[in-house]
Amino acid sequence: MPPPALTTPIRDVDDVPVAATARTAGLALPFDPLLLLAVVGLCAASLVTISGATADDVTGDPHYFVDRQAVYFVVGLVLAVVLARIDYSRLRATKYFAYGLLIASILAVQALGTVARGSRRAIDVGFFSFQASELGKVLLLVALSAFVVDRSRTLHHRDTTVRVMLLALIPAGLVIIQPDLGSGLVYVVIGLAVLFIAGAGWRHFAALFALGAVAVALTLVVAPKVGVTVLHGYQKDRLTAFLNPTDNPAKQGYQQNQSRIAIGSGEKTGRGDRATQTKYNFLPEHHTDFVFAVVGERWGFAGAAFVLSMYALLIWRGLRILTIAKNLFGALIAGGIVSMLLFQVFVNVGMTIGIMPITGIPLPLLSYGGSSVLTTFLAVGLLQSIYAQGRASAAIKGRGLAI
Amino acid sequence: MIEPVAAEDRRPPITPQLALRIALLGGFAFVLFAIIFFRLWYLQVLSGDQYLQQARDNRVREVRVQAPRGNVLDRNGDVLVENRAATVVQLDPEALPVAERDAAATWGQRVTARSKRPKGKRGPLVAIPPPATPQTEQRFTSLARVLGMSPRTIQERVVKSLAMLPYADITVKVDVDVPKRNYLVEQPERFPGVSVERRYLRRYPHGTLAAQLVGSIGEIDEQELKLKRFKGVPQGTVIGQAGLERAYDQYLRGVDGSTRIAIDALGRPKSTTQGRDPTPGRSVRTTLDGGVQETGEKYLRQVIEQGPGVAGGFVALDPRNGDVLGLGSYPTFKPSVLSRPLTQQMADRLYSDKFGAPLFNRAISGSYPTGSTFKPITALAAMSTGVVQPRDVIDDNGCIKIGANHEERCNAGHEALGPVNMTSALSKSSDVYFYTMGQRLNYLAGQPLQRWARRLGLGHSTGIDVPGEFGGTVPDRAWRDRLNAKEARCRKRVHRACGYADGTDRPWTEGDEVNLAVGQGDLQATPLQMAVAYATLANGTHRVRPHLGAAVEDAGGRLLQRIEPGTSKAVRFDPIARQTILDGLHDATVDGTSADVWKGWPQDRYPVFGKTGTAQRVNRPNDQSWYVCFVNDRARPIVVAVTVEDGGWGAEAAAPIARTIVSNWYREPIKFVAGKSHTR
Repeated sequence: MPPPALTTPIRDVDDVPVAATARTAGLALPFDPLLLLAVVGLCAASLVTISGATADDVTGDPHYFVDRQAVYFVVGLVLAVVLARIDYSRLRATKYFAYGLLIASILAVQALGTVARGSRRAIDVGFFSFQASELGKVLLLVALSAFVVDRSRTLHHRDTTVRVMLLALIPAGLVIIQPDLGSGLVYVVIGLAVLFIAGAGWRHFAALFALGAVAVALTLVVAPKVGVTVLHGYQKDRLTAFLNPTDNPAKQGYQQNQSRIAIGSGEKTGRGDRATQTKYNFLPEHHTDFVFAVVGERWGFAGAAFVLSMYALLIWRGLRILTIAKNLFGALIAGGIVSMLLFQVFVNVGMTIGIMPITGIPLPLLSYGGSSVLTTFLAVGLLQSIYAQGRASAAIKGRGLAI
Repeated sequence: MIEPVAAEDRRPPITPQLALRIALLGGFAFVLFAIIFFRLWYLQVLSGDQYLQQARDNRVREVRVQAPRGNVLDRNGDVLVENRAATVVQLDPEALPVAERDAAATWGQRVTARSKRPKGKRGPLVAIPPPATPQTEQRFTSLARVLGMSPRTIQERVVKSLAMLPYADITVKVDVDVPKRNYLVEQPERFPGVSVERRYLRRYPHGTLAAQLVGSIGEIDEQELKLKRFKGVPQGTVIGQAGLERAYDQYLRGVDGSTRIAIDALGRPKSTTQGRDPTPGRSVRTTLDGGVQETGEKYLRQVIEQGPGVAGGFVALDPRNGDVLGLGSYPTFKPSVLSRPLTQQMADRLYSDKFGAPLFNRAISGSYPTGSTFKPITALAAMSTGVVQPRDVIDDNGCIKIGANHEERCNAGHEALGPVNMTSALSKSSDVYFYTMGQRLNYLAGQPLQRWARRLGLGHSTGIDVPGEFGGTVPDRAWRDRLNAKEARCRKRVHRACGYADGTDRPWTEGDEVNLAVGQGDLQATPLQMAVAYATLANGTHRVRPHLGAAVEDAGGRLLQRIEPGTSKAVRFDPIARQTILDGLHDATVDGTSADVWKGWPQDRYPVFGKTGTAQRVNRPNDQSWYVCFVNDRARPIVVAVTVEDGGWGAEAAAPIARTIVSNWYREPIKFVAGKSHTR
């Protein structure tokens, strides 16, 4: 029997034994239908977009990318369902394992990974090349949330802020070295989001931003002057090219320019099958990083607005789930996932429409790629689990009160 | 049974702080989405049409379809220049490794740096670098094997082209035969970046005929694009670069058409649609007479090959209107060599003095002292000013003393011709008589001799319609003073002789005028100028503006437009003076200096008026041979001027050529008779 109830509803109630799990069986719907709707809508959009964009890419197999993406979706859905059915609170216990796995997988990629386009990001595991930095996003989020919950009594201490940020920055630094700047930035965002939801003081954030600004200045301005290469030349060019893309349309500005032309040429309702930017390969990476430009070109403002609405729905449900989480751990995870998705969507879409630099961040669920899809489904599964647990907990509480 | 609810499991109430932060997060998300929506609205709805246009432009590449240039015809409709379709093999610079392009750029910079150093300190020529990578070398070798050329030549052309026009396709070989073309086209994977293009080359059915006149063609360059006359001409158009091709480019040049090729980002063609059809250029009929031209060139060549002449030129005009019937220069060249990339060896052959600079058109750009052919002008000036009357007799005893220093000037070989009047002085070419005229004219105000020389077309360009004409020099007092001042200024600056004048600050003297009176000294005139001067004398009323363009025709030979010759300038002669000179010139061909050249000529039907000239030139082994003559036939008059550098006596080298030209014009049997007169 668990110890008798305490009356003080302070936040350390999260220190519950893993065994004490609410049952979800009694709920009418053990998941959030709107969240599911958003996910299914995005998956459908992804399949339709990729099938149109990549029909000519692999000679003799027009469905090459669609088929694979569909398989990833099915696998991801199964994972999400499984995850939604178990109590996420159990994951608290796995924090050391999760963090260890995160670091180990990044290092393993560094040691064994295959080089694609100049960066070593993935381990080839036969049927699919596994991109550790993607899965790492969820692992880091779980580990950081658990860590914060452990320190729930000292949330306002400077100590906590520093440690959480360090824990996030270590893997971030490791993936930036790969080089995978995009994932590194996502890690930093996850760290900040966890601190934000946990309630770190505003002054801590101010200090962090100041430190960040100094670090950026050091890497971009001071380091090159003293001859230390922190960012690769192309990374710096990509980061700054979006400021004036017409400067060098043949090089750094090229992708962004072509992407903007693709989106703009879609006009209100899109060019459909006459979408030449995609068809004739002017738009690079049209099934991965620049998939949103394909949506914009083929289906115009209407299509782009539909996809964005699905993301808005996703974010809204995420925030809603954040409010009904049954404990701090759930709230942190939900907040982290919402921030992560929001950041990825904004940076990726912003990149295709020319208001954000090119960082190589995929568009969740829409971009082709197993690692990204599975990771996003894991995140969605966690959200569903938090929803189910929160609802169940509320229901039980309600019933308990009724008794 | 329901388990008791664990208190810990109770949902924690949301603290106000957390609520605030969730609201902030939501608000932040809302702002981000709003930004994206507004940006999308701007891109897709507000400026979508503009991006749509860009996307379309992206997709379609316009490929130029060259328009065939018009033909160049002679006055009888015989083709001088026509077109021939040829296959050109090109190489896409994008398909070459960056290292190769860098190497070419470095080479170009070094060549430029070398050319900026002063002559003599430039050091050895900058060597063409070897192919940058073994793969490139391999590619060039296999391509060279197919094209039957050396890989070294390909590398040379690649480097030169890349250095000059980094983004333009590199022309590897012009004029490739069909089997080779097909071999290349059928195996694109073996020859990456290699493309073939159909291009029109100029063909010259008569070989070297009128080589310096017809000119050459080439792609329009950066400077030319800015010229007013090429306004609206797109880059890459082939335009006339010299001669008639240049002068009548606006008619000869068609309008290039285009084919629109849909391509992908890698430049692979997806489909082709016909864009604009090319408009072929129009033909230009010239005033040249093929027979006159061919005869003139043939005998000029024959004379020079026999020696001692080394080079020369001739001009044949219609004295009434300035129609150029023939105009040639020797040494000559095959104009077809200019339609292919020039090798260094070929360029040397065309430009260097060692080979006689065949590109140099001596008939319009070669300016020389004219010798005695100038005497009719002196005669005009003398009689018009009254310093001599036609019948005045001067005793020619072979020599005369000139100027303050009493310098002695003599006839050729100190030959004493006895008493001579104007007519016989011209016919026998008495130097002493004209030295005297020079002495008398020198003291008249306004330098009438120079005025008459200019009036007849010397000292300034004649305005012929092909580029490259030299204006020549008619020396006078002011000219001498100008040169002295220039020399003085220059010497002050560099402290050594500059070569404009001898540095003695010598003013214009009687000696200068006497020299000019017999076409010697500082006088510089082109064969064309002499022909114009004699044409003026022949028609007696106006100085013509020589021209080659006659009419513009379409491909079927229908007249589209006549090319109007430039206005001629009225010249008023004293009729007695003119008649005296004509008498003298005719006597010269009957029993004077060129009598033996014209032996057997039907003087009754075609009376010839002609003057020999033998000009002494400093630093030349031999005298410059001159002959200018005309036949004032009512229906078909002609004036011919011939000069041969180092040719010796006028009657020996130049006059016989003139006779062959006139013979051809009047369909008389062509006889080449070298004269023996040793007078200037």
